[in-house]
Amino acid sequence: MAAALHAAAEHTLPQFMRVRARRQELADTWTLEIDPGGPFEFLPGQFNMLYAFGIGEVPISISGDPARPERLVHTVRAVGRTTQALAALGRGARLGVRGPYGAGWPLDAAPGADVVVLAGGIGLAPLRPALYRLLAERARFGRVSLLYGSRSPQQLLYASELRRWRSRFDIEVEVTVDTAGPEWRGNLGVVTKLLRRSSFDPANSMVLVCGPEVMMRHVATDLAGIGVPPARVFISMERNMKCAVGFCGHCQYGSAFVCRDGPVVPLERLERLLGVREL
Amino acid sequence: MKTIEDLVTEHAAFRDLDAAQRALVAGCGRNRSFRDGEVLMREGEDANEFFAIRKGRVRLSVHLPERGETVIETLQEGEIVGLSWLFPPYKVRFDARAIGTVHTISFDGKCLRGKCDADPRLGYTLMKSFAGIMTSRLQSTRLRMLDVFGAPGGAAAD
Ligand SMILES: Cc1cc2nc3c(=O)[nH]c(=O)nc-3n(C[C@H](O)[C@H](O)[C@H](O)COP(=O)(O)OP(=O)(O)OC[C@H]3O[C@@H](n4cnc5c(N)ncnc54)[C@H](O)[C@@H]3O)c2cc1C
Ligand code: FES
Repeated sequence: MAAALHAAAEHTLPQFMRVRARRQELADTWTLEIDPGGPFEFLPGQFNMLYAFGIGEVPISISGDPARPERLVHTVRAVGRTTQALAALGRGARLGVRGPYGAGWPLDAAPGADVVVLAGGIGLAPLRPALYRLLAERARFGRVSLLYGSRSPQQLLYASELRRWRSRFDIEVEVTVDTAGPEWRGNLGVVTKLLRRSSFDPANSMVLVCGPEVMMRHVATDLAGIGVPPARVFISMERNMKCAVGFCGHCQYGSAFVCRDGPVVPLERLERLLGVREL
Repeated sequence: MKTIEDLVTEHAAFRDLDAAQRALVAGCGRNRSFRDGEVLMREGEDANEFFAIRKGRVRLSVHLPERGETVIETLQEGEIVGLSWLFPPYKVRFDARAIGTVHTISFDGKCLRGKCDADPRLGYTLMKSFAGIMTSRLQSTRLRMLDVFGAPGGAAAD
């Protein structure tokens, strides 16, 4: 027991790292490249607890390339005290990092199947490592589609990368926005609409979803409507976290702890809970 | 060369119709293409026509005095432009403009209304298909009204 507690304590102590570079992505969103001081291995979909000194610690997904562990990359949307402080960290600034934590996207769950990556807003950040891996190991998968919804053309995350992916022949990239002026020549409408237009095979596909919870609920209903089995749909859940190692119960969702059993969870385990309030 | 019936058969909006019904529907349709920026329908006009998009993208918009043209939604291949021909007062509610070249089957709404009145089974099947389209548009609109990608707490980020 004492040994287990010791191991857990070690796991909950942050390492101090420095910001190597900071780039503004959107009006309220920045990407930090952090020097991990050595290779920082992680699975696509995992997160770290990032600590802004004297302010707080929050879970933030790793958004970089798993094939480049020397670069630890996080994309932070400044929504409150801690994320604002993190997003403001300039080159050379120090922060605390604990992790990586959680279950990642199960990219090996359906060899040869079509893969649909469906992201909304900042939800593209936790999915970007999965996209890097899918493209690096492209031959292992069927059709690969990225369906991305955002608030407006100005709020499209990783816009230059989206353009680059779009120019490839081995991935379908569909983008839609909620609002835009008449100069926008792309899709305007909800992201769920893209599902009906995409060319994947519902019966033989795996769908990875991350975005606002209400979006994910609608996506779940629409996926069921077109015949994607719930066991093949994976959702990244967000819950407030403290310990991130399954001790404090802060992130409890039904009978699961999001930090330990998630954040990526198969829809079949969540279906009952997604519509339930106060969880 | 494909007939209008072939094009109707290929179009997602008519997949619940049987062959005889598709032939009836095709009798009210013709091929129409639009250049970039060309208007398919304009707000306030009589809604005598609607379009099944075969290729390309169409934007629905309204003109607001303070904001100019404001886009409501874009529609594309497999979708229907124009639902006001179904119900009185049969008036177009939005402007519809081509984004790039757009190929459609254009339908005479009056002709189709007449056929639906004369053949209630056709009317029911078509209404069911269009009710599905309207429901999914309504749900999309509601979801967008929630502004789910907006900043938490409602402070707009852009
Ligand atoms: C597993 C996981 C991965 C995450 N990955 C990322 C990521 O890659 N990038 C990123 O920017 N954020 C990510 N988040 C969300 C991030 O952790 C929260 O935004 C952060 O905890 C907010 O803390 P704060 O102190 O800045 O804001 P607070 O002061 O705690 O909250 C400020 C405002 O933000 C709202 N808020 C708080 N948390 C969330 C949330 N999760 N979603 C929506 N609104 C929220 C509050 O209701 C409040 O209105 C992730 C969360 C989890 C659980
Ligand atoms: S954050 Fe403590 S149990 Fe998950």
